[in-house]
Amino acid sequence: MSSVLEAREIGKSFGPVEVLRGIPLALQAGEVHAVIGENGAGKSTLMRILSGHLQPSAGSLAMDGQPLVFTGPVDAEKRGIVLVHQEILLAPDLTIAQNLFLGREMRRGLFVDDAAMNRIAAAKMAELGARLDPRMPVRELSIAQRQLVQIARALLAPHRVVIFDEPTATLSGVEAEALFLAIHQLKAKGVAVLYISHRLPEVKAIADRVTVLRDGRHVTTRDMAELDPAGMARLMVGRDMANLYPPRTPAPVAEPVLEARDIAVPGYVETASFALQKGEILGFAGLIGAGRTELFEAIVGLRPHRGEVRLEGRPVAFRDAARSMAAGIVYLSEDRKGKGLLLQQDLRVNLTLAALSRFARSGLVAESQEWAELDKAIAGFDIRARRKEMLAGQLSGGNQQKLLLAKMMLLEPRIVIIDEPTRGIDIGTKEQIYRFIAELAAQGRSIVVISSEMPELIGLCHRVIVMRAGRIAGEVTGDDIAEDPIMFLATGVHEEEVAEMAAGAP
Amino acid sequence: MTENAATTSPVPERRRFAFDLKAASPFIALAALILLGAVVNPDFLTVSNLTNVVTRSAFIAIIAVGATFVIASGGLDLSVGSMAAFTAGLMILTLNKLGGAETSTLLMAMGVALMVAAACGLFNGLVVTVGKIEPFIVTLGTMGIFRSLVIFLAAGGTITLRDSGMREMYRPLYFGSVMGIPIPVIAILLVAGLGALLLYKTPFGRHVVAVGSNEDVARYSGVPVSRVRLLTYVIQGICVGIAVLIYVPRLGSATPTTGLLWELQAITAVVIGGTALRGGVGRIWGTVAGAVILELVANIMVFSNFVSEYLVGAVQGSIIIIAMLVQRSLQRAR
Repeated sequence: MSSVLEAREIGKSFGPVEVLRGIPLALQAGEVHAVIGENGAGKSTLMRILSGHLQPSAGSLAMDGQPLVFTGPVDAEKRGIVLVHQEILLAPDLTIAQNLFLGREMRRGLFVDDAAMNRIAAAKMAELGARLDPRMPVRELSIAQRQLVQIARALLAPHRVVIFDEPTATLSGVEAEALFLAIHQLKAKGVAVLYISHRLPEVKAIADRVTVLRDGRHVTTRDMAELDPAGMARLMVGRDMANLYPPRTPAPVAEPVLEARDIAVPGYVETASFALQKGEILGFAGLIGAGRTELFEAIVGLRPHRGEVRLEGRPVAFRDAARSMAAGIVYLSEDRKGKGLLLQQDLRVNLTLAALSRFARSGLVAESQEWAELDKAIAGFDIRARRKEMLAGQLSGGNQQKLLLAKMMLLEPRIVIIDEPTRGIDIGTKEQIYRFIAELAAQGRSIVVISSEMPELIGLCHRVIVMRAGRIAGEVTGDDIAEDPIMFLATGVHEEEVAEMAAGAP
Repeated sequence: MTENAATTSPVPERRRFAFDLKAASPFIALAALILLGAVVNPDFLTVSNLTNVVTRSAFIAIIAVGATFVIASGGLDLSVGSMAAFTAGLMILTLNKLGGAETSTLLMAMGVALMVAAACGLFNGLVVTVGKIEPFIVTLGTMGIFRSLVIFLAAGGTITLRDSGMREMYRPLYFGSVMGIPIPVIAILLVAGLGALLLYKTPFGRHVVAVGSNEDVARYSGVPVSRVRLLTYVIQGICVGIAVLIYVPRLGSATPTTGLLWELQAITAVVIGGTALRGGVGRIWGTVAGAVILELVANIMVFSNFVSEYLVGAVQGSIIIIAMLVQRSLQRAR
């Protein structure tokens, strides 16, 4: 039996960076095939190649046994391959029906046939378990509902292969079940479903086969029956995790440098109190939207808030980032491209932006010193730049993060808050960044690591505070720092229950 | 991670070439225009004509240096023409009120002009930063306000500098020269030189570019975003004030049509000069070249018989559109 869609030894490089090598993948009609792997394993790149968004640099694609090249996503869609994007790509001011039919409106004569489109839209949404008025503007929907609209939109096109890229990331249990039901229906119709996720219990529940990727390589493809979630996790990680993280230093003695009491950030954080010790690496865990980022943006003066902040015992209230920086606190945003670096400016301008006053000599910026500092940063932080004049936007994600670190370290901070320190960064660079964080703590600086990557919090932190829905749900210390208690605090639900919920789907 | 990696692949040489081309393009255009003028009419390529052209470009060039700051920081000021007329009107009224032909009187009136223009800029800047309103709307509003204030002050007619002694004394500031260089040309060089120093060499200039590049990044880096924006509008006001100082002696009057379409010319000069309209890139000397280009085009139109000189505004309007198209295609070429 020939596969509907087949990847033959697909490889992909971006410049000198190889992100995929020799990946085989054969999708059969009527199967749900899961692709799992850690962040940076190459899942998204593989998806984008299979859906025509990227051209492979090696290997080839085939449909029904015939080799072919997609000229682009439109071509792939014409051949029946649809990709359901992870991000929401909808026009917020248009209605559900208008979004569903955007660019392929039904017509009656010269005019669009709203009645028919509304009818079909309502039916399609109902199939996904969402009973919504199709005339509602998308703006008024929750993120999860928008995700369902997006799925319905993708399924409106004739399809033989449907690719879901982490579709449940924003869905609640009930909504996810409706999605699983829809996937089962697709499967029954003989459609091939490719399912990307790192929620292993749900993969176990709905997939027939699973392909594991690690660091851009194909690890294995197995029947689901052979594996359980723990087995999949082992295959995904596959390396000695101990080596990734620097040796843990003893927990510091209690000597609070930063204390926050009853911090409230309207719309994000109801109330939060905590203390950060000298030399401590304090983790902040929680689901997306738990209010972690907003809490710390408030503390450093980037958001209006209520509550009391004490720095080494003295009450402080920062009105903007300049003042918190002057007091020795820096915040490195999770949004490197949007809030961390000026992508259109060169490395030097980025490096010195926050500490520019230190480079001023009688009112003028001392450029030669800036260049010297850039040389030091490139060497000290191992920033891989082809030219010193290049723009920050031309660096890879890992090197951007190193540049951002170098930029903030010029301020010689006592407290460093790093939001998602390794998001979108390859394994090698992750290790460097972990080592760097540990060094900072060893120098007596205090570190806050906000992260959605559980292993990173477990491997790095002395203590982990967990937030849920704008409040601090609890904290775990020392040997208690493990995935289960953190997940329990973050969701309020035990892991086994989560697995049961997923398994309970038909 | 994938898209970052994708951006690391462009060929460096080509990028650099395109970059340099972008910075050099206003000067290449300037040279091409001079060549064209020389072909059209032999009287064009004379020292006196070219000096004349640069002298006449002074008002726009000086105002456009200020506009470079506003635009590089991601803002816009449409009110500069009306602001110039209003400032000129108030300056002449001050001179008439004080009377006589004393140097001190003139200096006082000059001080008034600079302060009025700076205050106008401050007002624009405050509404933009404190009121958090789009600069386009704010300065569209003040454009109407300043313009109608001049008409009101002139009662619909002309505000004329009455004292002939003062006129004689003030005249050389536009018509005079130092060592053969007309004073307005010296003014351009001084203002642009100071502007370049401020934009390229000081922390404030770096902040202007950072705010224009990405306001969020600037804020998260501790840049005082509102203050930087506010100051760009004040600088714009001061530049308008300086332009008025050399405009008033030229005609000795202000009318409801003084400074009409100067905002178009100033913004055109900035765009031709290679400053990005979305902010983040500012090119002072390119702006000056842009202002000279505008005046050169008008001059060539007078010399040639291709196009009626009454259509100068239409041609200048076309130039800003063409300049944007060129910028866009240079961007694509990267």
